Amino acid sequence: MSLAEYASENRLHRVGARPSLFRYLSEAWARRDFAVAMARGKIEASNQRNRLGMLWIFIKPTLNALMYGAIFGILQGANRPENFPMYVVIGVFLFEFFATSMNNGAKSITGNGALVQSLAFPRITLPVSTVIQNLMTLVPMLAVMFIYILILGAPISVEWLLIIPLVAIFTVFNLGVALIAARLTVHVRDLTQLLPLVTRILFYTSGVLFAIDRILKSHPWAVKFFDFHPLHEILSIARGILMPGMDYDPIYWLYFSVWSVAVFLAGVLFFWVAEERYGRVD
Amino acid sequence: MAESTKTGEELIGIDAMGYGRKPVVVVDDLHVKYYVHAGGKKVKEAGRSLLQRGAGRVRTVHALKGVSFTAYENESIGVIGANGSGKSTLMRTLVGLTPPAQGAVYASSRPNLLGVGAALIPDLSGEKNIQLGGLALGFSKQEISELRDDIVEFAELEDFIDLPMRTYSSGMQARLKFAIAASKQHEILIVDEALAVGDQRFRERSEARIREIRENAGTVFLVSHSMKSILDTCSRVIWINKGVLEMDGDPKEVVKAYRESRK
Repeated sequence: MSLAEYASENRLHRVGARPSLFRYLSEAWARRDFAVAMARGKIEASNQRNRLGMLWIFIKPTLNALMYGAIFGILQGANRPENFPMYVVIGVFLFEFFATSMNNGAKSITGNGALVQSLAFPRITLPVSTVIQNLMTLVPMLAVMFIYILILGAPISVEWLLIIPLVAIFTVFNLGVALIAARLTVHVRDLTQLLPLVTRILFYTSGVLFAIDRILKSHPWAVKFFDFHPLHEILSIARGILMPGMDYDPIYWLYFSVWSVAVFLAGVLFFWVAEERYGRVD
Repeated sequence: MAESTKTGEELIGIDAMGYGRKPVVVVDDLHVKYYVHAGGKKVKEAGRSLLQRGAGRVRTVHALKGVSFTAYENESIGVIGANGSGKSTLMRTLVGLTPPAQGAVYASSRPNLLGVGAALIPDLSGEKNIQLGGLALGFSKQEISELRDDIVEFAELEDFIDLPMRTYSSGMQARLKFAIAASKQHEILIVDEALAVGDQRFRERSEARIREIRENAGTVFLVSHSMKSILDTCSRVIWINKGVLEMDGDPKEVVKAYRESRK
């Protein structure tokens, strides 16, 4: 009798084996309180050390919006979209949610090495927790964003409520992105060096600061291409909802939902497959 | 390497030795290898050209070379060996954190390392860290609120529990971490040098707590360089030497042989 047979005779299981996807997700669900507590704890801890604490959550994107608004407002001249300040505020604030989810998600496994090495729990908890953390900071940010656009002269309307389902879909999208980034960074650590560049590229190509159809009006085929750019879709929907006189194609809701679900499912699968890999040090 | 060449009859012999006892951990011909990008160069390589050196940068470290043993319910097993002998690698493989290159570890439930320190956030209060650590160990919120008073009392931090953990002394932090981690009734527990923390009194109390965990139908592995705490707490000792299981048996005999070899 071999030891392996002896073990199975006594109903012992192999340690460290990756559970089935269903069991994995139910184990992760059982740890949801941990994911939320960690997100909350990190926010509280990061606020404690800064003098202005929680206020930095608004100050940073506000300064960003001011800087980009000023520079690109001048550079674009007549190509500037209407209501440009409002356009930039919505773009910058919402893009921030995506950018932090991708960048912090990428570090969620490699940056928590000690935790991954010492406690056994489904690792998916970590990237999920960072997205929860970003969502928690987004909510007060959105409140400030509403105040800004009210000041900038947008009339309040019932349609604004649509921002809630939109943020929900956006969160699903960001979860998927964070999961994919988290695993890729485990394999290729150098990726953290490249991510700021990737973030910049996406920032300039998703229409945070430009109206795509104005910039590319001599290349209609290229404008068509942006119908399928998920970040361009979410920003267009948000502006359509919040800004007076802005229209968007309602089909964007469908496109963006499909993107989100697809990225999320791909992310969960991609992350789960490498579960046994995350604790390894080499 | 003798362990990996055991015949079937000898294995049944182990079983007979543990007659009537339930095996909880079976380690079967375990090999662990690390692939390391070597930054420096070995002494031998000093004369080689740049190109050649670049080609041989990834080195394989064979940390465990075929370790096999069976642990039974209610045992407390001391693991000893020199630095770099593979003790910690063995423990990390038992927990499932380091995947084996060959062989496997089987267990009745997932073994746990005694340690929760990494889940805690120094800027938060002791109180919030008890919450966070408890959730990390897999407790529900309700269970944590039931355990909270015991943890605070065991850590002797009643007066400081609302202060940020970073303001604690290292002894106080270690006490809090031990108290949170030891509040869980583990079926299979691995303690890596944890008994060396705190003052004399706290050490005695943590040793008592480890014994209590063991008595409640648990199996404990204790990795330590302190032969005194090994002899005080363990019923069996495993000696790992250069990735090979050198000796396995009665604590006094194994510790004696280990001490002889170190002279």
